[in-house]
Amino acid sequence: MSNRLSPFLAVMMALGFAFLYGPIASVIVYSFNASRLVTVWAGFSVRWYGELFANEQIMRAALTSFEIALMSATGALILGTATGFVLSRYRRFIGRYFFGALVTGPLVMPEVITGLSLLLLFVAMEQLFGWPRGRGISTIVIAHITLGMAYVSVVIEARLSAFDRSLEEAALDLGARPWKVFAVITLPLIAPALVAGWLLAFTLSFDDLVIASFTTGPSATTLPMVIFSSVRLGLSPQINALATILLVVVAAFILISARLVARTRRSAGS
Amino acid sequence: MAATIALEGVVKRYPGAVTTAVDGISLDIAAGEFFALLGPSGCGKTTLLRMLAGFERPDQGRIRIDGQDMQDVPPYARPVNMMFQSYALFPHMTVFDNVAFGLRQAKRPNDEIAARTTAMLDLVKLGALGKRKPGQLSGGEKQRVALARALVNEPKLLLLDEPLTALDRKLREETRFELVRIQQRVGITFLMVTHDQEEAMSMATRIAVMDKGRISQLGAPDEVYERPANRFVAGFLGSINLFEAQVRATAPGVLMLESAEANAPLSVADPRDLAMGTPITLAIRPEKIALGTQRDPQWVNALTGIVHGVAYRGEASDVEVALASGKIVRVTAANRDRRVGNALTVGQKVFLGWPREAATVLAS
Repeated sequence: MSNRLSPFLAVMMALGFAFLYGPIASVIVYSFNASRLVTVWAGFSVRWYGELFANEQIMRAALTSFEIALMSATGALILGTATGFVLSRYRRFIGRYFFGALVTGPLVMPEVITGLSLLLLFVAMEQLFGWPRGRGISTIVIAHITLGMAYVSVVIEARLSAFDRSLEEAALDLGARPWKVFAVITLPLIAPALVAGWLLAFTLSFDDLVIASFTTGPSATTLPMVIFSSVRLGLSPQINALATILLVVVAAFILISARLVARTRRSAGS
Repeated sequence: MAATIALEGVVKRYPGAVTTAVDGISLDIAAGEFFALLGPSGCGKTTLLRMLAGFERPDQGRIRIDGQDMQDVPPYARPVNMMFQSYALFPHMTVFDNVAFGLRQAKRPNDEIAARTTAMLDLVKLGALGKRKPGQLSGGEKQRVALARALVNEPKLLLLDEPLTALDRKLREETRFELVRIQQRVGITFLMVTHDQEEAMSMATRIAVMDKGRISQLGAPDEVYERPANRFVAGFLGSINLFEAQVRATAPGVLMLESAEANAPLSVADPRDLAMGTPITLAIRPEKIALGTQRDPQWVNALTGIVHGVAYRGEASDVEVALASGKIVRVTAANRDRRVGNALTVGQKVFLGWPREAATVLAS
């Protein structure tokens, strides 16, 4: 048997990739277009990148998104790690399976439902205790934490279930107290998984439109919201430039986190 | 010698388990002993080890080290260190940092840490590998790092969990001598857990054979091997031939027996004066039976049979001999002659014999 593809399979693969990545490629190509019209090629230019960085509305939204992603990824990391520990270390407690299902629920929940229910919760809470006062960055961060921690807990649980407990016992046996063991043995060994989880939560938060739209208020506009609303008013090549930058950043993040997850797998085997 | 380790009626049950993991064990281990807990998997030996290390709490009973009750002492405060079966080397630290870990936890001065760690690495012949990571070591090197790391704190007791199981055969045999030498040099009490009877017998000064959470027999290696207290110990330490027999007559220091399985009168050196007809079990190890193609007139216990199977092992051959009763007797015959071919063949008629002192009577 040869390893060469049959012509049929090769064509199908080319079509498949074209369907998946053709639109993305065209966005990148047209971001370097000199023309204002998005569909007409008029020569290479980086003009739209310059205009993009001069666009105050977009820059402010990017900063807001960055701020939200930073806070919610950190919050999701802390809560998700705690949850991952409970799921992998405490094998027996009443309602463990129910707890596990609840934790991973947000992974499969439609975003519209998550967004809507959180909005209703925030409104009700404001009426009952006067907090959160209005909606904005803080409510989006809370909403993104609930989504991000589900992903983080799955990553951490997977890492911990491959973790050799005798390493922790050995450290304990050699005189390290439990917190010291966590700091010098457990934490360094699961660090790649922690970074991967954080990056994942960051990416999820940064490009989320639906949940953010539900839970935001007049004070906070995130980058995806600006893009979405500006597209409705008519395409600007600036958006193409922005999309290209985002694509590069997100791809870099995902590549790094995938690498880290792969490395944890390998070191878990030793 | 004062007992440094004292177990008093220690019991451990795991929640949800049907059997008791450790079922009332009392044991004294003297300072400087090399003690082995030997038994099949699930006999409770590892649970006992983990209770000594402090990872498990006994449900009943007391564990004392140098007279001090260990009940409420956490693992990090016990004068005990453990060498794990998986070695449990910290993969993100160098060999040096692995070995220095315990001293750093004890907050020793830096120059003392460096001196003691280097000395310990030299003791296990790893002086040149201090900068390596565990992933770059061979199995034997990892084992020595684990030993050095557990010894550097100078514990009162070192626990070894199946110390040689992960090594290949040749290395295992060399390491046995090495471990005993190191133990004699550092003078620390070693407590080893193993399922390998050869490992236990070749290294330990005393062995406790465990079965179903209890100690089946306790004694020096030759005692346990040559005078097994019961069928379990007899069968677990090497192979053994058992004959069901009745006492026919007694002479001073000798029991005359008859056995339907052996199909011949037997006699065994035993000081007991048992009544005629008492059923007993006669046990004899395969290497204590002489095998010949002719009958030696000096044999007190002599049987006739035909060769049922031969397994050539190089230094010796294991031969199965079928007696007229259908009973299969296992004989280990040393291959003293340098002879190729001309071996025993299946179906050949052979004679077996052993002196009175070679066999032993089992209590149960």
